Order: sequence, then C-alpha cells, then structure tokens
Amino acid sequence: MMIELIQGKYVYWFYITLMMIGFYAMIAKGNLIKKIIGLNIFQTAVFLFYISIAVSEGSTAPIMLAESYGSLDAGTVTYTNPLPHVLILTAIVVGVSVTAVALALVIRIYKTYGTIDEDRIARLEQESP
Amino acid sequence: MSEHLPILVVLIPLFCALLIFLAGVFQKRAAWAIASLATFLAFAASVKLLALATAGGRISYRLGGWEPPWGIEYVVDYLSGYVLTIISFIAFMIAVFSRDYVKKQVGLDREVNFYAIYLLLITGLLGMIVTGDIFNLYVFLEIASLAGYALVAVGKKKGAIVASYNYLILGTIGAVFVLLGIGHLYMVTGTLNMADLRGLLPGLYHSKVVLTAFAFFVIGFGLKFALFPLHTWLLSAHSLAPSAVSSILAAAVLKVNVYALIRVMFTVYTPEFIYNVVPLAEIFFIIAPVAILAGSIMAIAQTNIKRMLAYSSIGQIGYITLGLALANETALTGSLIHILNHALMKGGLFLIAGCIIYQTDIYDISRLKGMGRKMPVTMAAFTICGLSMIGVPLTVGFISKWYLALGVLEAGRWYFIPLILVSSLLTAVYFWRVIEWAYFHKAASEEALPGRKIAEAPVLMLIPIGIIALFCLIFGTAAFIPEEFARRAAEFLLGGI
Repeated sequence: MMIELIQGKYVYWFYITLMMIGFYAMIAKGNLIKKIIGLNIFQTAVFLFYISIAVSEGSTAPIMLAESYGSLDAGTVTYTNPLPHVLILTAIVVGVSVTAVALALVIRIYKTYGTIDEDRIARLEQESP
Repeated sequence: MSEHLPILVVLIPLFCALLIFLAGVFQKRAAWAIASLATFLAFAASVKLLALATAGGRISYRLGGWEPPWGIEYVVDYLSGYVLTIISFIAFMIAVFSRDYVKKQVGLDREVNFYAIYLLLITGLLGMIVTGDIFNLYVFLEIASLAGYALVAVGKKKGAIVASYNYLILGTIGAVFVLLGIGHLYMVTGTLNMADLRGLLPGLYHSKVVLTAFAFFVIGFGLKFALFPLHTWLLSAHSLAPSAVSSILAAAVLKVNVYALIRVMFTVYTPEFIYNVVPLAEIFFIIAPVAILAGSIMAIAQTNIKRMLAYSSIGQIGYITLGLALANETALTGSLIHILNHALMKGGLFLIAGCIIYQTDIYDISRLKGMGRKMPVTMAAFTICGLSMIGVPLTVGFISKWYLALGVLEAGRWYFIPLILVSSLLTAVYFWRVIEWAYFHKAASEEALPGRKIAEAPVLMLIPIGIIALFCLIFGTAAFIPEEFARRAAEFLLGGI
C-alpha cells in the first residue's frame, strides 16, 4: 500500500520535496540572496509538476510528421500534451522577471544598509528608522 | 469599435506604458499627461462596458478570433463591469493626483519610470478583471504584482526597499499557490476557460485534486489581499510606500485580488461547492471577526497616520470576507458595495495623508494640531472619508454595513451584529483622534515647523480628493446607484452563469 503510494506517484513526491526545500529556504534563511534561490527552487518545483502532468505512458513528441499525414489513425499514436509546456514557458518568463526584480531590490538594500542579512537590517532599522 | 472594448481596456494602459518610456526620452513632462489620459480612456471604456453589460448581459470577447474554450476569452458581465469601473476610476484619480506629489516625494529622475510602472500595474489589474481564462488571470496577477513591488520601492523612505522585498517574497508564494491551483484544475479537466471549468467540475467536487486546488486558490489570493493571518507584508508595504502608491495598493490591488477570489469561488466553482462541499464559510466565520477586531484595535494603537490606515485595511477586508461567508444575496451585495466603498474611502484617505505629508512632512497624528484651520479642504475631505469608514448614515460606508447587518440577520447569525457595532465604535475611536487633533486643538507654535507656512496642497492634488469625498456622500445619499449594480452582480453570482 505504502510502496504503491510512493512508487505510483513518485513524480509528485519529487515535486513536493523540491517545493518544500525551496519553501524552507524562503522562510528560514536570513540571507536575502539565499531566499531568492529558495524562491527559484520553489517555482521550479511547480514547473516540474506542470511538465509531469503533460506526459502519458508511451507518448511521443507532439509533432505531426509529413509522411504520416492522412495515414495516421486517431488513437494509434499518443502525444504528450503540449499545452502545459506552453503555459510553463510563460511561467518561466514570469519567474525570471520576479528574480530580476528581487535581485534589483537586494542591490538597493545592500547599497542602503551595507548588508544583506535580514537580522542585521532589522537591527539597523531599529537604530535609525 | 465598441465590440473591441474588452481588449482595449487592457491594451490602452499597456501601450501607453511603453509610450511613456519613449516620450520620456524627449519630454519628461509628457509622462504624467499620458498616464492621466490612458487611465481616463480606460475609465471611459469601463463605463461604456458596464452600460453595455447592464443592457445586454454577458459580453464575451474572443482573443484572435479563437473560439472558447480553446482560445482566451475576455468576459464582461455584471460583476466584472462593476469592479472594472471602480478600479479604473480610482486609477484615474490617483494618476491626476500624482503630478505634483511624484515630483516631490519620488523625485524628478524617477518620474518617467514611476508613470510607466504605474500604467503596467493598471494593465495587470484591469486584465485580471476582464479575463475569462484562468491561466491568463495568473499572468495578469504577476504583471500587477511585479509592478506593485517596484512601486513600493520607488519612494525615498529607507525602509520601503525592505518592505518591497518582503512583499515580493510573500506575494510570489501567493502567486505560485494560485499557479498550483490552476495546475490541479487543468490536470483533472484539461481546460483553462472559467466557464468551461464550471461546467466540467461539478462531477468531480469530491475529488481530492479539486479540493486541494480550491485550498491553493484561497491561500494564494488570501496572501495577496491580506486575509487576516497572512497580512504581515501589508503593514510595512502600505505604510512605507509613497502615498499615491499606498492609495492604489489599498484601493485597487487588494480589491482586484478579492475580486479574483470571488471569480474563482462563484464562476469556476459554484455556490453549491463553496457552501456545501468545503467548510469555507466556517473558516471565514472565525477569520473575519478576528480580522475586523484585530485590525481596528491595532489601528487605535498606531501613532503614524499611514500605519493606522494600513491596519484599518485589514479590518475592512474582514468585512468583505464576512459578507462572502454568509451565503445570501443581501450579504453578498453588502460585500460588493464594500469593495466600492473601501476603494473610495481608503484610496481617498491615503491621498489625503499624501497631501498632509507633501505639505508638512508630518506622519505623527498628534502633530496634526490645528490642521483643520490650515488645510481646511484636505481635513474636510478626511472627515467625510473618516465618517464613511465609521459608517455614519448619509455616507456610503453606512450602506454596506447596513446590507451586511441585514445579511447577518437573514443568515440567522445575530451574534455578528454586536461585532459590526463594536468595530464601528473602534473605527470611530481612531478616526475621531485625528479629527480631534485637527479641529479642537490650537495650532502648534510655528517653531515646531521652522521657516514653513502650512497651506493647502496644490489644486491638482485637491481635486481628486474632493471628487472622492463627494462620491462618498453621493453614493451615501443616492444609495440606489451602487446598490442596484451590486445587487445585480450578487444575484448573478449566486444564480449561475
């Protein structure tokens, strides 16, 4: 029972583990750059989840070959679903933009406070708000 | 022309944002004019769309001519027309307000970037409202969020950058949760069109995947609109951002995220699912009262005027969620009027705080002594918006609280009535404090503010504030106007597609 749960759905276990690693880094790390790395892992886990739901067993790339036009019966060849890939392409672009904005903010934080450690910034804030 | 309005509402601000960058190279002053014009055109288009949707029902626009559910569909119905008009109106008012404010509080070197990013934010928000495709919703959500993070950091306050960073981290968690929810729904249905999902989901309501997806949506959007235990980012982001930005964040960004949750609740899922299958109402019945009380009590403890307004937002979000949980038309009408309400009042109040800070650099409430005589128009507008926030009759705040109270009784949960009364009293306490300092105390001697004579803010800042305050009164006395739109939207949400 337990083995089936793990073996049959191992892709999901991978993505959940990866997601929690990223989540942990975002919440627990004090270094602002490490938080951004966590954020990237967190997002990547979701991308993997999307890609994994596109696959079905024995399926091939969704490309219609010229010689198979007309001769192809519906149902004999299974294709992977291309739509999740397209969605994730968009989500990757979004992820890159988020990372860019976050890094730009960290640069400005570093210029202002001279540190990228969360606790030290909080202390500096308390001293001179 | 008018059949393309649903897409134009999104495209006008988008292209004007790019235009501002181009025009900014040659003429910096053009930026404000383009931003105001773009938001005005978006507002005009929204009014037209609302009129069309009211007259002819649901408007569906097919992007690129592709049939839904395969292509992306933009939908304007009673609800989205109503919210679209509110948001674009507030966006226009804030754009007009920004001219003098941004020059001083943001800086001339960042002026062009400010307006371009502001328009991108508006693009994202309006896109979230009109889209009928759930993945498109996520994309617009991220456009709006990214612009929002940048705008928080644009000001001169030191802490604002850290506030923006924290907002970004939590906001991204929220957005990724929404993305996961969408993935789960796509996994079981194979469609992304909201109307199509609504048709396919009912057979799967007890599937764990569909239930998980719903949980992801509630937490994801909840993070974005600062649902009570997820509100921590809001305080520093809203209080440290420049006032014009705080205003758009509180008035528009929170509201549009609430709208997105309402869309998911009532259009993707059905009332039957959210009230009978999942215990959402039970959870909101606990969260909402805590949010209302905690927000109001914490607001009383604040000495910084913008922090006070930020805490008050948390309480007001509590009212909206309470109305959603009550599951009857009257309460839902109350919630929808409260969306209009809070957009007007909190948008207005942050702009007023902006006026005061622009003229005097005062954040501390106790230093507002005698301000009623020095800035009479500003403080009069503050009083009207404050009274509306308390819920005094003849202001629009009264109407929504009245509907919420009626909805509470209709649902047979009378024990929420004292809650509404107590929280209104608490609201009165923290607004009265400001009004008392402003009107009933002698002005501070001039040495407190050396070399500075306090006068009214520039006229272009006063006009939007005046209009917003006026609307608080108009909608309060002619209550049938917002009531009719909100009731129709509520009826539509609970009744079906």
